[in-house]
Amino acid sequence: MLLRHTPTEVTERKALMINPAKTCQPIGAMYAALGIHGCLPHSHGSQGCCSYHRSTLTRHYKEPVPAATSSFTEGASVFGGQANLLQAIENIFTVYEPEVIAVHTTCLSETIGDDLKQIAHKAERDGKIPEGKYVIGAPTPSYVGSHVTGFSNMVKSMAQLATPGTPKNGKVNIIPGWVEPSDMKEIKRLASMMDIKITLFPDTSGVLDAPLTGEYKMFPEGGVTIKELKDAGGATGTLALGEWCSADAARWLDSKCKVPCTVLDMPFGLTATDRFVDVLRTVAGVSVPDSIANERGQLVDLISDMHQYFYGKKVAIFGDPDQLISMCEFLRSIDMIPVHVITGTPGKAFEKRIKEITADMPGEVNVKAKGDIFQLHQWIKNEPVDLLIGNTYGKYVARDEDIPFLRWGFPILDRQGHQYFPTAGYKGGLRLLESILNLLLDRKDRDDPEETFELVL
Amino acid sequence: MTTAILEERKDQIHRTGQGDIDIACNRESLAGAVSQRACVFCGSRVVLYPIADALHLVHGPIGCAVYTWDIRGALSSGPELHRMSFSTDLQEVDVIFGGEKKLEAALDELIDRHSPKAAFVYSTCIVGIIGDDLEAVCRQMSAKKGIPVLPVMSEGFKGSKREGYMAACKAMFKLVGTEDISDVSPISVNILGDFNLAGEIWIIREYFRRMGVEVVANITGDGRVRDVGRSHGAALNLVQCSGATLDLAKMMEEKYGKSYIRVSYLGIEDMADSLYQVADFFKDIDPDIVKRTEDLVKEELSKLMPEVARYRKDLEGKKVAMYVGGSFKAFSLLKAFRHLGMKVVMVGSQTGTKEDYAELERISDPGTILVDDANPLELSAFIKEKDVDLFVGGVKERPIAYKLGVGFCDHNHERKEALEGFEGMLNFAREVHSSVMSPVWSFVPRRANKINTIEKGAGNE
Repeated sequence: MLLRHTPTEVTERKALMINPAKTCQPIGAMYAALGIHGCLPHSHGSQGCCSYHRSTLTRHYKEPVPAATSSFTEGASVFGGQANLLQAIENIFTVYEPEVIAVHTTCLSETIGDDLKQIAHKAERDGKIPEGKYVIGAPTPSYVGSHVTGFSNMVKSMAQLATPGTPKNGKVNIIPGWVEPSDMKEIKRLASMMDIKITLFPDTSGVLDAPLTGEYKMFPEGGVTIKELKDAGGATGTLALGEWCSADAARWLDSKCKVPCTVLDMPFGLTATDRFVDVLRTVAGVSVPDSIANERGQLVDLISDMHQYFYGKKVAIFGDPDQLISMCEFLRSIDMIPVHVITGTPGKAFEKRIKEITADMPGEVNVKAKGDIFQLHQWIKNEPVDLLIGNTYGKYVARDEDIPFLRWGFPILDRQGHQYFPTAGYKGGLRLLESILNLLLDRKDRDDPEETFELVL
Repeated sequence: MTTAILEERKDQIHRTGQGDIDIACNRESLAGAVSQRACVFCGSRVVLYPIADALHLVHGPIGCAVYTWDIRGALSSGPELHRMSFSTDLQEVDVIFGGEKKLEAALDELIDRHSPKAAFVYSTCIVGIIGDDLEAVCRQMSAKKGIPVLPVMSEGFKGSKREGYMAACKAMFKLVGTEDISDVSPISVNILGDFNLAGEIWIIREYFRRMGVEVVANITGDGRVRDVGRSHGAALNLVQCSGATLDLAKMMEEKYGKSYIRVSYLGIEDMADSLYQVADFFKDIDPDIVKRTEDLVKEELSKLMPEVARYRKDLEGKKVAMYVGGSFKAFSLLKAFRHLGMKVVMVGSQTGTKEDYAELERISDPGTILVDDANPLELSAFIKEKDVDLFVGGVKERPIAYKLGVGFCDHNHERKEALEGFEGMLNFAREVHSSVMSPVWSFVPRRANKINTIEKGAGNE
């Protein structure tokens, strides 16, 4: 009982988080920045922040994650970090030779009032940014929002590279949100099946799923290029996948570059993928090929084959708002019951959406934004579930309460596959179904008494 | 990409045998460095968190708590409170108006619910900037709740992990001397600087039990507040790990007159030598202890050596590069690798001191690269230059080694096998063998030819 210190009785808490279901902004900015080709993320703060984010991303992807730091000291925290950042920019371009440095702030540099824009301008004036290279920046105060906010802020900074007045180029911008490299690849595959030219940003495929070649490359092949980002202002439209992750960037492109945006749910599960495909088709003015209809049919087919095993199964789920919204909708599509839903990220709109999605459920959903895993665990103790879905931190609860556990979200520190196998799109839906079924049926096979233990399921 | 080494970094790199060593170390990382180092808070947190019956509350934004949530396998034989993550989750409004009220409320609630034996409250960067009076809040809560509530002044920007160790030692030192020591044996020690990764401290404690030495406090692996409170009763402090708890030993020496020795439980010589040093210390009051210790070492070695020899056969002549936190560990590892017939060709450290590097220069082979605070490009260049077969490092280095097609051994937070003690040496040999000899490297383009040629050559002999 690793969480033996979690009591069943739920009491009002005001002042603290216990076993958090979120982390701070900068790591989101770092992940997003890795989706730019040739980009070195830079953490403007103390050394520890950078080290922690790199370690966490490394544990999740099992890939080298380079990022630099301003290495704040007591002096910098009193007199401002401008000198550190200027020196950093110079050193980075000299030693590591990236195309772009994507700077994000930390609680420390935000509070002492460092102004990234002004520092970047000074670097440019002082000739510290070589010709054809870029420094972009995003404010990511750790005491506001969550890692999702930081991701969104960096994606917005990427969008701001777009030049207003760029001639129309017939491409569609897709902002995928915080999904795995495999999901980004899947989104690109769906677009190419429809013969639509897209700019996907950020794009961590080819960066955090790189092959082993015997050489260490600080900057792997993948990532959206600066040229593509600049051209994003000439796109026909933008699809922002996820209100929390992607909408800000898309709205900026809409208002500044007149690229009309549609904010959609992330394409996890059947119906959210339907909407994604439909909007993409409409924006690009193409029709959906049979090959995609076929994939959809396969997903529906598997649901029909196994629907009796999903029926009425209760689920507790935690993670990030955009992912949870689509996943809860999918769980309802397959007749499962998400009874407890928690995100660590703030936002009352999240609770409202989840309540809408689960309105037809027997009994009311327990949902909380700005919640934590401690609370989720208490809810589970009071109303047990058949399945837990969440990031690796759920394993304590799963073990203590003996619940089948689907690892889905960020970070996953103890299993593999998320880099390579998508859960987005129809194909991704198949994988989700397979994973859920395996968990439920393995449990059934384990628990069924000998006389009802069956060969065929 | 070229292996550009910044002019400023050149005096942090040294090749043994090329003139006198004068490595620049213990200095701040260059801004813009892809440094593998961490911060003060990290240092404090990893040292204190294994104290399992204490409450560990991180006063700061959520990240600091999340990234240090149960990241080391610091095992406990009892309570698991240290594996929970508690944070005041500071928000913008707290940054503007101060977070003291929130901290107070958090402590109030947590101490009531979990009844810890003590509470450690960690300061973070932001708390240092907004100026919350952590000490006052802790004092007040301590008086209210009747348990020690200890501020850990670990603002991240105040230095590297080393300063964090100091802050942790200062906090712990407030516990020392708070418990009765009348039942402590005159033949007794404290184990400092061991965090019970993979249960290592249990192995070491068992050796001392066999020697007839009482272990008063584990500091901090499988640690308990009460034990720390009576640790001043132990006759001798055994300090492992370069910097983590050395300061505490020094404080105890100054205030309680308890001497300390530096030990290492890694590798055969250092493990045996550590036990002999302890025996030597107590031989006047217990003359038989020397014999008991010799018997113990003899027995363990007779079990161990034939096993190690089996692995050595395959590992003979293979090359190792290592990048460790404190360089003290590197001394032991260097000797341990010699037992496996392996050649250490590069040693790097995050927090080595001048003395550490001088010692490394003395004990390593000519031509060995010594480096302070390395970055991934440098590490990658050295690995290729020296054509190493195994890299020893931490979480951020592992995938770099693998990308280069080189075996890896985690001698840091994420070790899954006990590597200390005599049985640890065997685990170590097995782990090294499993990675160096893995067939996977023969599928890696850069190394495939070389490995296949060697194997062919060996077959022809």
